[in-house]
Amino acid sequence: MQQIFNFVIRNKTFLLFLLLLSIALTLTIQSHSYHKSKFINSANVLTGGVYGTMNSVDQYFNLKTENDILAEENRILREQLLNSSVVKDSSFIDTTYQKSKYRVTTAEVYKNSYSLTNNYLTLNKGKNDGVKQDFGVITSNGIIGIIDNTSKNYSRTLSILNHKSQINAQLKSSNHIGSLTWNGKSPVFVQLEDVSQFAPIKEGDTIVTGGESSIFPKGIGIGTIDSFKTDISGDTYTIEVRLFNDMTNVGTVYILENLDSNEINSLENKSDE
Amino acid sequence: MNNVTGTNIARFILLLLIQVIICNHINFLGYINPYIYIIFIFLYPVKDERLLFLFISFLLGLLVDLFSDSGGVHAAAAVSLAYARPLILKSSFGMLYEHQSIKFNATEIGILISYITIGTILHHLILFSLEVFNVSEILLILKKTLFSSIFTIILSVLIIILFSRNRK
Repeated sequence: MQQIFNFVIRNKTFLLFLLLLSIALTLTIQSHSYHKSKFINSANVLTGGVYGTMNSVDQYFNLKTENDILAEENRILREQLLNSSVVKDSSFIDTTYQKSKYRVTTAEVYKNSYSLTNNYLTLNKGKNDGVKQDFGVITSNGIIGIIDNTSKNYSRTLSILNHKSQINAQLKSSNHIGSLTWNGKSPVFVQLEDVSQFAPIKEGDTIVTGGESSIFPKGIGIGTIDSFKTDISGDTYTIEVRLFNDMTNVGTVYILENLDSNEINSLENKSDE
Repeated sequence: MNNVTGTNIARFILLLLIQVIICNHINFLGYINPYIYIIFIFLYPVKDERLLFLFISFLLGLLVDLFSDSGGVHAAAAVSLAYARPLILKSSFGMLYEHQSIKFNATEIGILISYITIGTILHHLILFSLEVFNVSEILLILKKTLFSSIFTIILSVLIIILFSRNRK
């Protein structure tokens, strides 16, 4: 017993080092599995507060670009309104048909990263605003990512520029689907994998979100095809997608809540049994 | 003694804030960021208790992790650097370290640079290995380590020289 104590006292520095290092490694490994990085993330009061203060200063420098983006979006919305296919002068309006499926919340980006291998964004809306895990995040141009952690007033978004991110996507011209991943090389490109070799692919075609997941509505823009090659097996295409969004410059985003997601999920779980 | 403790606490907070507010968002050429918070580990008093030193370094790394959503990579790298510091000190300072009489304010610039270079490369190598977490991307790890190290070393040496009072 005496010897054990002596050993511990003699090597206390090394033992403390091992302890701290193993804590750090555990946190690192946990952070590599989706939904597990509960403790170390920037959606908490301390980091959110600091980033909030910083953002309130930073905002003033981007007011002009932000205005341009909003004006452009207004233009598009106005266009859609004027060209809307609903016949206005009909005496019969089917209100049940127009029930909205998605609730939209606007949020400010407090922190954005794009140069790491696993990138996250911190937003200034949290549980108090009804934001929960697995809500989709988009801008007026296209998708940004998926909420993966929330605190009371802040939430963290798993960016599409992240190894863990896998989003269902499809070609706009046909219904061939694939999964959207990122190889960590450039913040301008993401990769669409496992696209069937029968798909009609042309450079410049548009890629949009697929309707398979309950997170994003079908048809939100992602990017255009920059180049493509066949897989080693020769059965599928891997497509290099140029993003619509400039991921290095994201100011205001929209959080999407699918109001039917519970229904869809419970239905899908049932069929698994 | 109180004066030294106060300086260290101020240095801790200042370097942390500079790191997370400014340096994490530089993204020079797309991906190169300096990690200057390790200056705190470099300049921590040599004679102080090592257990406390290890623990404070861990805490500093963990706080940087908290702000940059990176799990525990900074904590692991910082605590390894803190543990390896006596070795690095011995290899750069030689006899001075044996006599426990190092004064960072009054060392030769060449010795200071070699000390910081060895420490920075060690720290960055661990940092990026854990961040990328993929052996097949070893070229990416080395590339990131090299360029970020250059950036960090230049900034660290400049900051240390600028803020040391007794240099002639």
